[in-house]
Amino acid sequence: MHVNVTVNGAETGADIEARLLLVHYLRNELGLTGTHWGCDTSNCGACTVWLDGVPVKSCTTLAGMADGHEVRTVEGLEGTDLDPVQQGFVEEHGLQCGFCTPGMMMTARALLDRDPDPDEATIREAISGNLCRCTGYENIIRAVRWAATHEAAARAADQEGAGV
Amino acid sequence: MQVPAPFEYERATSVDEAIALLTRHGADARLVAGGHSLLPMMKLRLARPETLIDINGLSDLDYIRVDGDEIALGAMTRHAAVLDSPLLAEHYRIFAEAERVIADPLVRNRGTVGGSLCQADPSEDLSAVFSALRGRAVIRAASGTRSVDLRDFHRGPYETAVGPAEILLEVRVPIRPRTGSAYQKVERRAGDWSIAAVGAFVQIDGDTISDVGIGITAVGAEHFACVAAEDQLRGSPATPEAVAAAAATCARSCHPSADQRGPEDYKRHLVEVLAGRALTQSIARARGEAS
Ligand SMILES: Cc1cc2nc3c(=O)[nH]c(=O)nc-3n(C[C@H](O)[C@H](O)[C@H](O)COP(=O)(O)OP(=O)(O)OC[C@H]3O[C@@H](n4cnc5c(N)ncnc54)[C@H](O)[C@@H]3O)c2cc1C
Ligand code: FES
Ligand code: FES
Repeated sequence: MHVNVTVNGAETGADIEARLLLVHYLRNELGLTGTHWGCDTSNCGACTVWLDGVPVKSCTTLAGMADGHEVRTVEGLEGTDLDPVQQGFVEEHGLQCGFCTPGMMMTARALLDRDPDPDEATIREAISGNLCRCTGYENIIRAVRWAATHEAAARAADQEGAGV
Repeated sequence: MQVPAPFEYERATSVDEAIALLTRHGADARLVAGGHSLLPMMKLRLARPETLIDINGLSDLDYIRVDGDEIALGAMTRHAAVLDSPLLAEHYRIFAEAERVIADPLVRNRGTVGGSLCQADPSEDLSAVFSALRGRAVIRAASGTRSVDLRDFHRGPYETAVGPAEILLEVRVPIRPRTGSAYQKVERRAGDWSIAAVGAFVQIDGDTISDVGIGITAVGAEHFACVAAEDQLRGSPATPEAVAAAAATCARSCHPSADQRGPEDYKRHLVEVLAGRALTQSIARARGEAS
């Protein structure tokens, strides 16, 4: 079958077998290896990407299900600068081996878009489908808080700028 | 690497088209909704459909709304929407309490009400919820639409009343005044399936329990319910003693099996404790004494 998927704003397409999973479409057909492929059993969340703005596990989504839809991967986070979530992982040492990081960041970005000021319990709940075997989660939570705080500061500065 | 066996992929753009595709492709065709039960089974080759009919395009089956004196949940409603629904929060706290402990937020973004019920896993949480509330499933075939009580919906593990060329459209739950509900589950770790879980609703009339529903999952309860305990409570005073006796009935009448989640007696013990808690909480909520 042929699929056309908008990935990080760009049109992509390929002739694929219907059984191809979205994670393999991204990694093998498009070379977007930022999306990690871990447990393969919909448990770890390393493969998390956005499908039409919603974070999902791409090892349990067929590439065909994304045909005609929009996918955002970790490669799509960075604009002219790092996304504040990415910067937060840098500042707060939110990763060790980095295997869980792309999925973590996609989930965290979706959380902050919904809830710009989440408390620790909310962050823990939001990332509960993303497993990390290195960090013990503490620094990941700080990284997300770092992003929330800096985005709030940036918004306040923008408003001040607009008010002048 | 887990790869499903090859299959033909079709996409349905309407309920009628989904039924037509099921009819055309015969017994080896399967619907796929969120795919979070079916795709893992296909990856393990426990399921090998020759044709997959994707119903994710059927957004007209994605709703939670009041319809007459019932609440209707469309089959394509995602778990996340059930968890967040203000309408369900107003009428039945049992939904959010169950959803909060079904899998994890990512799975809940994709998995659907219809897929959960049709998967008919013996440890499914929503099966216990809808059984407690005595919901009705609305099923469509080429010949028309019929409705089946949730308590007759499950025909055995992984088997339901939905025929090979049929589709579950929605589930309907009666709205009940003076009612409280709750869900209690014990799992080994966050996001895991239940070791045991009990959901309940209680309707109060003065000091008397005028109606009650008890749903139980993961421990082999017939129809995901405990009719004996319900009969015991209906018409009785809403006292701690009555609740304790009903909870003991729940523990006695289920059929847990020993597995890696625990031995039989432990599971019965859990059922008794969880039934007691769910009923007590439901009564307090029905009286407006607890949130
Ligand atoms: C990691 C993980 C943890 C989980 N933990 C829990 C848990 O704790 N508790 C729990 O209850 N569940 C749990 N689940 C199961 C999850 O709730 C279900 O996978 C999911 O909701 C099933 O819905 P789906 O839309 O993905 O179904 P699918 O996988 O798409 O379909 C499942 C079955 O239903 C059929 N079907 C789907 N829709 C219809 C329809 N409208 N009409 C007729 N047939 C239909 C399909 O043909 C298929 O046979 C877990 C799943 C995962 C992956
Ligand atoms: S690889 Fe998808 S959840 Fe682990
Ligand atoms: S940093 Fe290694 S798994 Fe999270």
